[in-house]
Parts: sequence; C-alpha cells; structure tokens
Amino acid sequence: MADAAVLPADANLVLKRAQQGKSYWRRVWERLLDDKVTLAVTAVLLLLLVMVVFAPWFTVHDPYTGSVLRRLKPVGTLGHWLGTDEVGRDLWSRMVYGGRMSLLAGVVPVFLALLIGGFLGILAGYMGGFVNSVIMRLTDVLYAFPSILLAIAITGILGSGLQNTILALTISFIPPIIRISESVSAQTRHLDFVEAARASGARPLTIVRYHILNNVLGPILVYATSLISICIILAAGLSFLGLGVTPPSAEWGLMLNNLRQALWVSPLVAALPGVMIFITSMCFNLMSDGLRQAMDVRL
Amino acid sequence: MWAFTLRRLIYAVPVLLGVSMLVFVLIHLAPGDVVDILVPPEVPKEIADSLRRRFRLDEPIYLQYLAWLGRLMVGDFGVSFFTGRPVAEELFGALGNTLVIALPAALLGFSLGIVLGALAAYNRDSWLDKVFSATAIVGVSLPHYWVGIVLVAVFSVVFNVLPAQGMGVEGVPSSWDQIKHLILPVVTLSLIPMGVTSRLVRANVLEILSQEFVGTLHAKGLSNRRVLYHTLKNAAPSALALMGLQFGYLLGGSILVETVFNWPGSGGLMNLAIFRRDVPVLSATILVLAAIFVVINILVDVLQALIDPRMRR
Repeated sequence: MADAAVLPADANLVLKRAQQGKSYWRRVWERLLDDKVTLAVTAVLLLLLVMVVFAPWFTVHDPYTGSVLRRLKPVGTLGHWLGTDEVGRDLWSRMVYGGRMSLLAGVVPVFLALLIGGFLGILAGYMGGFVNSVIMRLTDVLYAFPSILLAIAITGILGSGLQNTILALTISFIPPIIRISESVSAQTRHLDFVEAARASGARPLTIVRYHILNNVLGPILVYATSLISICIILAAGLSFLGLGVTPPSAEWGLMLNNLRQALWVSPLVAALPGVMIFITSMCFNLMSDGLRQAMDVRL
Repeated sequence: MWAFTLRRLIYAVPVLLGVSMLVFVLIHLAPGDVVDILVPPEVPKEIADSLRRRFRLDEPIYLQYLAWLGRLMVGDFGVSFFTGRPVAEELFGALGNTLVIALPAALLGFSLGIVLGALAAYNRDSWLDKVFSATAIVGVSLPHYWVGIVLVAVFSVVFNVLPAQGMGVEGVPSSWDQIKHLILPVVTLSLIPMGVTSRLVRANVLEILSQEFVGTLHAKGLSNRRVLYHTLKNAAPSALALMGLQFGYLLGGSILVETVFNWPGSGGLMNLAIFRRDVPVLSATILVLAAIFVVINILVDVLQALIDPRMRR
C-alpha cells in the first residue's frame, strides 16, 4: 500500500485505469474462475481444440484410407474401438480429423460476422441519423431471411465447399450482430459519461474506443459465443445437405450424411458424429451462459 | 392501433422489395446463366445466344429485374425447369405439407417451452429448475437433423413402430396412418422452439418476479393464480416476439428435417431445386419463405402492441 498515497496525485494513471475499465474485467475474470460449469466446458473445448490441431497424435489410423473388408464394423471392434464407416475408414480418426472442418466452419463465420457486424452496428449506433438509417434498413432486408434459409440459399446458389459455407454463414450472422451492437451503442451514446467525455473535448474515435466499445463488448461477446453453438449446428447441417464441405473430407455433418444409409445396418455408428456436434454446441452454449452471468449482461 | 398496423404494413414494402432484389442478385451471382443450365454444352453458340435474346438475358440486369418483379406482382412465378409445371402450384402444395408438420411442432414446442420455463422460474434453484433448465439447454444444443436420425434408428429400425420416411397420403392428416407419419418429424422439429422458448420464459419470469409490483400484488391479497396471470401478461410480449422468429426459423429450417424424413414440403422442394439447378423453383421458394417470415413478424408486432400499448410507437 506504499503507493496508495501517490495514486490520487497521479491523475493520469487514475484516468488510464478508469478508461481501461480494468476493475470490471477483473471482476468478470474472478467470477468466471468461481463458476465450475463454465470452467469445465472451457476445459472440454480446449481439449477438443488440442485433439483437432494435433490430430495425428490422437489417432492410429489414417482417416481417408478405408478397406472393403472392414466396412461398418460395430463399436468396440478390436483396433477400431468406435467401429468403421461405410467404406471401412476408422470412425475415431474421422471424428477427430472431422473436428478440424467443423470447428473452423463453426467459429470463423461468427468471428468474421463479429468484426463486420460489430463495426457496422457501432457505426450506426454512434453516428445515428442518415448513416444509421442506411445501415439499419439494409440490415432489415437481410433480417427478413431466417438465418438457415439465407445460408442455404447462398450455398445452394453459389455452390458447395468450405469457402462458400463460411461466406454464407458469415452473411447470415451479420444482421443480428449489427442489431445488438447498434442498440447497445445507441443507448450508451446518450449516457452522461459519454456526454461528459464529449464536452471535455474527447474526439469521436476516443469516445468510441473507450466508452462505447467497452459497453458493447460484453453483450456482443456473450451473444457471439451462443452464436457459435448455432453456427456449428448449421455448418454441419449444410454439409449434411450436401451444400457444405465436399467429400471425401472428414466433417461431422458430412459423415452423418454418408452414414445415414448405414442406419439400418449399424445404427450406433451412424449416430456417433452427431454426438460430437451436440457436445461441442452444448459446451459453447454453457460457456455463453457462464459469460452472461459473469459479465452481468442482459440480451 | 390501426395506424400502427398500417405503418408496419407500409414499412414491409421496402423490405420485401429489398428481399426480391437480394434473391435476384444472388441467382445472377451463380456461375453460368439460365441458358447454360437448360441447353447441353454441345449446342452451338449461336443457338444459345438466340435463346438468350428470346429470354431477354442480353438486356441490362435492372430491366431483367423489373420484368421479373412485374411477373411476380401478378402471381406468375414461372414454370419449373424440371417438371414443366407452374412453380406456384408446386410451391404452395409443398408449403401446405410443411405446415402440416410445422404447425403442430410449433404448438408442441411453444406450449412445452412456456410450461417448463414458467415452472422452472417459479421453483428457482430447486431440482425441478435444474432438470428443466438442463432439458432446455439440451434442446437448443442438439442438431435436430441428427435427432431425427436417432429417432428413426430407435422407433423405425429397432422397435419398428413408426414409419421412417414420407407422409403417406398427402393432405391434411385424418387417418391414423397419416398421424403416425407425423409423429417423428413433429417431435424433431419441436425441440429447438421448446428449448429456446423455455429459456426465454424462465429468464423473463424470474426478472418479473423480482420486480416490486409482484410484491404489491401479493400484499394486496391477490391469489397466487391472479399474480401468475399478471406475471405471464408481462412476459408475453417478448415471448411472442421470440415465438414469431422461431416459427419463421421452423419454416426455413425445416429443410434439414424434411431431408431426414423425405418429407415432401417446401424444404424438400428447395433441396431438390438446388440439386436440379431449377432456378424458378429455387428463387420462388426463397422469396415466398422470406415473405412469410416478414408477414409473421408484422403479425407479432401487432399482437405485441395489442398486449402492451407502450409498443405502439
């Protein structure tokens, strides 16, 4: 506590601390550390990430070579403990490698939508007036499509593949993110401390960076984590329809589609890729709930 | 109230115009044009070009759009490339089939969601709350197309009690056989709305219960049932808004479930149109589904304003 006496004198430092809002984020962090469920699901997601990135370390068999002799072995087969798929490829290997595409297609669109939608939303909310009208009316048009319909329309017309999947999902998630960041920043714009900052001569960019962004970040982050869960289900869904990742790539939705014909022969094996989609999306949902509580955000 | 409704209706016009432009542009972004789809590649270029002139594909894109919009205005959706039947005929038949599963699924999902959510909130932190909240989060995290597959595996493959595919005889279900075809798709479709509604209702009811007026109502000597009525009335507008959105997602998202169950609905039609590159059917399906979504949202806004006069801005 030696520097306690110095602190109030150093107005710059106090100001800096206040601007960075450290105490709020530190409190959020402490609350997160207390939340066992959120910690557990984060651990599961990290484990999944490690497994997917270092897939060769966690698998014995190549995910792409099959054998007609080993087609549709049941769960618990020696050497293939989760069985094999319709062309005799090891199911565990394909589930681990498949996570690469599924996670990529689940996380990247939300991240991109967050950048684009967040930028446009804050711009609309902060500027108001004409800029707001243009951005928000265009958003209304995109908002007239249920997100899954928009994603299917885009991939259906432009063609399948990972790139188009990511493009389609990004476009589908931009409108809701614009709406949330617009409404939060429009609310914040008229709060006293923003008026005070403006009166004290802060430039618009400074106000947006310190005041608006700090207030918008919480709600958007919470919302985006819950979007990841939807995005993973939708990305796998597009592949399931044959509109996403193309064969022979390993991807959870595509595996589900291919194994569907095997349902009558080996139902358990056919259902397994869906379990991975479910676990991942559930973890992101629970994480979003945890963040929401820790950040005290209402959406 | 009428002024509000009228304003919402008028506001929908530019949105719908924007939607039609977006669909048109999307279709034109696709590699190749309509003639490339219709004629085999070995056809001489002159013939293909004369076809392009005949379909007015050589005109500027905005003229093509206006011509297309003009035909839409009089209800002419064109003719399917694949079947040669009018698109409107195919589309509205399929939409009817989708409604046959979407309406019961919405009803089931919403009512279960409201009951589970309200019960969970009223018994906060009890085991009941934990079970219901867990059910809700599982409901929103499950990939519903996978649930469909699992349900088929259990009820059609293992127990062989329910049909796995199709809707039997088309039309409004009246026989036991038709209802049997309905059960699995309806249950599958109702999962997401159930989970989402229940989570929202729980959060809303909890927030309302923490407000002061609830204490006042109790203090006034109102019975629990009357207090419940006031709570639900306050929770209704945002729940309605959510249900409207969810019903739209149900129609738009039914393509996945319809694919699993080979259901001859609008989603199935869209899926077929994509793989046959049947442009008129595809654009009409996207357009009509989006238009329905817009109409649902207007209905919800009007209903909200009926319940809560503050919404009539």
